[in-house]
Amino acid sequence: MNLDFSDDQKYLKEEARKFFEKENALGSARTTLENKLHTDENLWKKIVDLGWTGITIPESYDGLGLGHLELCVLAEEMGRTLAPIPFSSSVYLFTEAINKFASEDIKQDILPKLVSGEVIGTLAVTEELNAPSSENITTEVKNDKVSGVKIAVPDAKVATHSIIVTKSAKGVDLRLIDHSSNGISITHTNSIDESRGHFSLAIDNVSSKLIGEEGNGWECYERLIDQAAVLFSFEQLGGAQASMEMALSYAKERYAFGRQIGSFQAIKHKLADMYISITLAKSNSYYAAWALSTESSDLSVASATARVSSTKAFQFCSKENIQTHGGNGFTWEYDCHLFYRRSKLLSVNLGSLSNWKNRLVTGLEKSNVS
Amino acid sequence: MDFNDTKEQAQFRKKCRDWLEANASLKAEKSSKSDFNNNDYLQTAKDWQKKKFDAGWAMLHWPKEYGGIAASPIERIIWNSEEAKFDVPRGIYDIGLGMCGPVMMQYATEAQKERYLPVMAEGKEIWCQLFSEPSAGSDVAGLRTKAEQQGDKWIINGQKVWTSGAHYSDYGILVVRHDPNLPKHKGMTFFFVDMKSPGIDIKPIKQITGGSSFNEVYFNDVEIPDSQRLGAIGDGWKVAITTLMNERLAVGDANGADVNEAFKWAKGQDDMGDKLIENMAVRESIADWYCEANGLKNTKLRTMSALSKGDTPGPEASITKIVSANKLQAIGNFGMDSMDMAGMLQTEDSNVHDFQSAWLGAPGLRIAGGTDEILRNIIAERVLGLPEDQRVDKGVPYKDIPSGK
Repeated sequence: MNLDFSDDQKYLKEEARKFFEKENALGSARTTLENKLHTDENLWKKIVDLGWTGITIPESYDGLGLGHLELCVLAEEMGRTLAPIPFSSSVYLFTEAINKFASEDIKQDILPKLVSGEVIGTLAVTEELNAPSSENITTEVKNDKVSGVKIAVPDAKVATHSIIVTKSAKGVDLRLIDHSSNGISITHTNSIDESRGHFSLAIDNVSSKLIGEEGNGWECYERLIDQAAVLFSFEQLGGAQASMEMALSYAKERYAFGRQIGSFQAIKHKLADMYISITLAKSNSYYAAWALSTESSDLSVASATARVSSTKAFQFCSKENIQTHGGNGFTWEYDCHLFYRRSKLLSVNLGSLSNWKNRLVTGLEKSNVS
Repeated sequence: MDFNDTKEQAQFRKKCRDWLEANASLKAEKSSKSDFNNNDYLQTAKDWQKKKFDAGWAMLHWPKEYGGIAASPIERIIWNSEEAKFDVPRGIYDIGLGMCGPVMMQYATEAQKERYLPVMAEGKEIWCQLFSEPSAGSDVAGLRTKAEQQGDKWIINGQKVWTSGAHYSDYGILVVRHDPNLPKHKGMTFFFVDMKSPGIDIKPIKQITGGSSFNEVYFNDVEIPDSQRLGAIGDGWKVAITTLMNERLAVGDANGADVNEAFKWAKGQDDMGDKLIENMAVRESIADWYCEANGLKNTKLRTMSALSKGDTPGPEASITKIVSANKLQAIGNFGMDSMDMAGMLQTEDSNVHDFQSAWLGAPGLRIAGGTDEILRNIIAERVLGLPEDQRVDKGVPYKDIPSGK
């Protein structure tokens, strides 16, 4: 029985924590947000140098050839400091898509460049103010040329490539495009969390390469987000823990009515509820990490369970962290709102809470666990 | 990460399993309901405990001289998880072996330990715990039951309440007030008492479920020899706290209708022409309960992983009762609502019965062994390190503390 990370993985986590502290990733998240820098390119370069963009890429493609468990511990630490980098877009989604579904030629070309930092990727799905589905995608591919408009694409400016979810003759395809191609225009859109820039992509007759097979794009996409949900849940877990720790230290420092506010039950119970939500999220994320790393048949349900628990934990902890801080929590100056913003970004990127609850129950129906 | 036993653990599990298979039958769809108010069932429970004791399975982690085999925590967990698969009486010895035994081990004399502990492990003598009082629940230290010293004995007068199994217990552990002039936490002393002593009067409490698992216990001039004092005079609170810590560990998962029952039920139940499982509100609730149920299950696995490596587990198990008792209440509520007006009716259908008993029983689970509120205080203070609440009764002589009616 061992539902825990190995000593090596814990060491990596410890190193990652020290790294993000030393680099003041949280401070950088604020600078990035305030100046609409979209991403911290220096921090990203350092992460590339550490080899972290190639963690799960096999050694034959210049990667570190480690597993998803290593990625999980990094995700948690990034979430803790709100690191303003395109890690989730490029590593959890783009890299995984290439690694899992692309042809050997594409892998040979792209994977080593993801390791070296020459390529940064993102995934473009959303088109309207709706949740995407296999039915409502209108971006089209004809003769390998893609046309359409994608919105709310994270990190698209710093990215060199995108995977576009498109409608094709056979259903839905995943298509790889190079941002330096003719016919692409990338426009920044103001968003709630400017520590990670969001963009619209106008794509006009742009050459593309097929990822996966024609017509099976939606299944690939579903599989991708099942996997990515586990990594997102670790980022959310990290963010939830950091929010609770902020609330906790404020509750110990701040005095009102002649005593520490943390000595009042109303505050204690709020913090106990944060601890409860975090413990559930953590335990479910650990199990999902196991399911991801072993490609368990349980992955779909396990990732939805982790995702729902971590979304709830981060949303709850970040909003109640503001409340614990009182008026100070509502100021721009305090960091509370950075966590609140990121909790929203992470909970809608990949689909909303109610969406994932529905996915969870659909997964139960399919696996007939009862 | 993996979910396998080590070689030693697998061998131990097989040993447990082999013995259980030879001596009990696996749980069936309809297993025996535990009813300790029924004498035959009580005898079955005693016989099972004796059988385990003779084979060395009764008190795995206890030292050998008191009837245990000094097993490791993980071996104890393995035994418990295997025993839980069999249709055998469980629960009746939890208080004695889980709370009274450890306190005796820590504070009784060597002769007393030899006299009482093996017999307790064997199941021949059942023990209960006498702490709560009508005016001392969450604030147990507010208790009033009086102890007066007369030579080498003490005279006890007062009332205890919520005593599980007092009516079939042979002994009990008892905390009382020996000096109301001292501040409340300082004026208490701890004893163990023969439940058949003259002057003890036991009356069952009828709960909102209709059942009676608890009692009121009255003490009228009950004599206890000073040799049955556990700890020094005035150390009663310290001894009680040790015991309560054991209780809060013991009162864990709320048993009863869980997410799987709710899920199955929703798949079968009609909802104005559709199946209830198609209703988005129901789907969201089932997802929430699934996350809670699995969150607790995986939390337990994390605790076991630490024990398995010989590490001390973190405080994560402290969330168990709050989460599971509230989930139980919500699932009971859901099941009854799903039948509309018929949800009120008591029928032969065992699903309906399970939802109704969850709904009626859960309020008790949210209170017993530390209310939701007290448990949140404990998480906040002991796990998160927040300061203690400021109390108006601190340092005040007990007799001067306002007590209402």
